Amino acid sequence: MKQPVGHYAYESRDREFLQERIAEFEDQVKRRLSGALSEEEFKPLRLMNGIYLQVHAYMLRVAIPYGILDSRQLRKLAHVARRYDRGYGHFTTRQNIQFNWISLEDAPAILRDLAEADMHAIQTSGNCIRNITSDEYAGAARDELMDPRVHAEILRQWSTLHPEFTFLPRKFKIAISGSPEDRVAARFHDIGLLARPSENGPLFRVFVGGGLGRTPVVGQELFDSVPEAELLATLEATLRVYNAYGRRDNLYRARIKILVQTIGIEPFREAVKAELAKMDLSHYRLTPERVAAIRARFAAPELHAVDDADAVLAQHQKEDPAFARWMQSNTHPHFDEGYSIATVSLKTPGDIPGDVTAEQMDGLADIAERFAFSELRVTHLQNIVLGHVRKDQLYALWQGLKELNLAAPNIGLAGDIVSCPGLDYCTLANARSLPLARKLGARFGDARLQEEIGALSINISGCINACGHHHAGHIGILGVDKRGSEFYQILLGGQAGDRASIGAILGPALSEDDAVAAIARMIDHYLAHRNEQESFLEMVTRLGKAPFKEVAYETV
Amino acid sequence: MKLFNLSQQHIIPAEEADPVSLAELKEHPEAAYAVALEPDESAEALRPFLAQITLVVLHFPIFRDGRAFTQARSLREYEDYKGEIRVTGHVLPDQAAFLRRCGVDTVVLPDDDDQTEWEAQLKRFTITYQQSIAS
Repeated sequence: MKQPVGHYAYESRDREFLQERIAEFEDQVKRRLSGALSEEEFKPLRLMNGIYLQVHAYMLRVAIPYGILDSRQLRKLAHVARRYDRGYGHFTTRQNIQFNWISLEDAPAILRDLAEADMHAIQTSGNCIRNITSDEYAGAARDELMDPRVHAEILRQWSTLHPEFTFLPRKFKIAISGSPEDRVAARFHDIGLLARPSENGPLFRVFVGGGLGRTPVVGQELFDSVPEAELLATLEATLRVYNAYGRRDNLYRARIKILVQTIGIEPFREAVKAELAKMDLSHYRLTPERVAAIRARFAAPELHAVDDADAVLAQHQKEDPAFARWMQSNTHPHFDEGYSIATVSLKTPGDIPGDVTAEQMDGLADIAERFAFSELRVTHLQNIVLGHVRKDQLYALWQGLKELNLAAPNIGLAGDIVSCPGLDYCTLANARSLPLARKLGARFGDARLQEEIGALSINISGCINACGHHHAGHIGILGVDKRGSEFYQILLGGQAGDRASIGAILGPALSEDDAVAAIARMIDHYLAHRNEQESFLEMVTRLGKAPFKEVAYETV
Repeated sequence: MKLFNLSQQHIIPAEEADPVSLAELKEHPEAAYAVALEPDESAEALRPFLAQITLVVLHFPIFRDGRAFTQARSLREYEDYKGEIRVTGHVLPDQAAFLRRCGVDTVVLPDDDDQTEWEAQLKRFTITYQQSIAS
């Protein structure tokens, strides 16, 4: 088989490992059904295989390591959606996909089907190191310093069934980027890594103790420049400190961010250094040979730009204004002048953010095969990126997306709403988030209006666990339960990335319709009073929340 | 109670072991050869006594509490401890390979416990993705 572009090509041992893992899970299901395992004992074991018990059914969360899929894998996901679910799947903010309607009895068979395409659901849940997330423009963006995916794969392998770190105090999320833009929200992860090249090989800036959830915290720098050779040793040392000293008496105080906050970043760093001092670093050394061996299993796209691509593209844009608008919002500069990065919006106005039907999955797999080296990237904003599209083929690509109803020109705009599944599916939720997402999506569905509003992120979570990252949205919405009714708190001014900050609560929670109306009034206020070229977030930063609060609550 | 032997090393029979607590060990180090560490006690605390210790017992209050994995690995890696490491408390056969790979030798099981599941789990994975203290 030809090696896949953008992700690691399995070898026979990786496939054997998956079969061993599935056999183990099959046995665990049997022991649960026979009563040999109690539900309390079975729960963490099934969670570490991606299986949750939700409101209506079991849910399976399939891992998409560092967000990269190939066409063959996406077709397999379409098959799972059709055969075992209700014909669709939901892409999550952690670059995974969830199937919401599966039965436990089918789970081993689904895992076997997924394994045929070198996919699994290992550690997509549970108190262990979760799927490693990465930059959706990795290996393609013009601003990138280095492609982080080879190291993401090394971390995936290192964290898979790690004997010491599979029963941690709480879940542990690692993200890695190789761009100065920090497109992975490194400061909102348990560990965030920013990779950069140097004369002596890659260096990693390490952030620790960030996260959203009940207690949103911006991560702090643990080390500025960890050399590649010491990357695994540094992660081992950090996890050792966390496993030994993280709280286990209170579920809500158990994340590493609480430990770092409690003892302080300086003592935490000293504790990690003390571990490193006790370790034989040669034993943990990530060698250039090892990195090269993993890198050799990644195929690079063979780019062949055509001379007149720019002229062809300009002509297409001139002839079709709708395409020109999509180009404006949904493409990003590629390092090769003849190529573009295209983002497929999974936020069709009025639809559920991140939901994709089996037909759309098959269609996207075909499109990726035709235009993008069969490589697709799931983003932490619940969209799909095609990393390498020849500029003269963008128009044909867009037409194909239109046929799939996936051509919404709204990336980074008001319609590009991030939302968790909410109370419609999730047992943790206090309120539904999808109806609000659909209403807002429809309210700002008009492409011209979105273009006028400009850059705006709206994030919705159905409870304080913050799967919709509401603290990090320019406008954040949090579902709360008020005496048995669903209400929505509005937050203002959050952002991920370089200048990561946590949104401030605007005022009392509102009903669903009042929340939509309040947000509409805030945006109207922005449009009427903004300075030239000023984005919504810049205006919030300049004026503070007071004027927005005033308009938001004016009729309440 | 009976012992399940993970590592096939020579082990101290269950009825012979009479571990003291860390506090007792510090107070009366003479003659003690077996010590029980609580999950919040560090392996390093045993350093002054390890020459005389041949059995360290670690405890799982519940199988989800993974601190003993770090304690066991620390004893082997940092303290170069060669004696027996035993675990008690709530552990699952599904943890067998993790325990062995972190340097644990024996698991205390109820007398009526079926050991076949433990045997099966030890053989389940032929492939691992990390270096560890024991394979």
